[in-house]
Amino acid sequence: MATTTKKSVYFQGMRDGAPFLLVVGPFALLFGVVATEAGLNVYETLAFSIVVIAGAAQFTALQLLTENVPTVIVLASALAVNLRMAMYSASLTPYIGAAPIGWRALAAYFTIDQSYALSIVKFENEPYLTLAQRYAYFFGIVTLMIPGWYAMTVVGALVGKSIPPEYALDFAVPITFIAMIAPALRSVAHVAAAMVSVMLALCFTWVPYNLGLLIAAFGAMMIGARVELIMTRKAAL
Amino acid sequence: MIDRVDLWIVIIGLGLGSFGLRFVFTGIIGDRTLPEWVLRHLRYTAVAVLPALVAPLVVWPSATNGDLDPARLLAAAAALIVGYVSRNILASILSGAAVLYLGLYLF
Repeated sequence: MATTTKKSVYFQGMRDGAPFLLVVGPFALLFGVVATEAGLNVYETLAFSIVVIAGAAQFTALQLLTENVPTVIVLASALAVNLRMAMYSASLTPYIGAAPIGWRALAAYFTIDQSYALSIVKFENEPYLTLAQRYAYFFGIVTLMIPGWYAMTVVGALVGKSIPPEYALDFAVPITFIAMIAPALRSVAHVAAAMVSVMLALCFTWVPYNLGLLIAAFGAMMIGARVELIMTRKAAL
Repeated sequence: MIDRVDLWIVIIGLGLGSFGLRFVFTGIIGDRTLPEWVLRHLRYTAVAVLPALVAPLVVWPSATNGDLDPARLLAAAAALIVGYVSRNILASILSGAAVLYLGLYLF
């Protein structure tokens, strides 16, 4: 497909990214609602979504802020949720690392679960794409998704206050997190990590400053990595 | 009430930190690859952190002052099962919400 132009790859990215608006939109809406429930105004809520653009980390930070956890622990926990972004960055580097620094910085800002997942599959399957075409595809994916993320955050923040407590919105955050975890349980190692994470978190709630969360997270990461090693060794036999 | 200074420290700190994590390899390391053991641990960050955050919220919900609540427990189970089977985030959220409201209505 030597005829693939930069423009057509861009629109391909836009088309491939469009269905994810259905995931990103409600998620952003929910963040807007939960943030106003926590006492943030529309501008603060939107600033959160623009500066951070990482749903899971934003929900984590917000939840811990409402629990009056020390700021350092809030930051450490929310950044731990975002550690996977470093993995995305590492895995994208061979494909987009040769571009000028400005492009790489822009791509870094737009690296979210969906843009990473779609583009890495495309780059692996179509190794003949030029550097410019890869960037065109990547920016195509986020063209609808990121403005959608900002806009739905504002909508959520605006309607949030009008939702009465009978709607049990306190439980929107746990359900949303579970909805993100469940599809990520791809292997025995992932399931083992998640189970250890739950057990350690419940055992260590007594630890001050919410450090139980970080203990559970590191324990679970080690278990996940260990189980993966055991499973690959078994498969090799 | 969330302290405004804390809020802005978190927003800006989290923004810079997240950008740093996204930029660390594309921006700085270039085409060198990470040791396999680091990648192996990074693969499990999401499933290691998020369940630890959720578990206490499910078992001891703040809305019931920390008492175990059957409606919330069932809703969490529904979201987990539907999400695992369908691999669909939206379907998982919707079924969790449906079971929660049904449970709150019944119990």
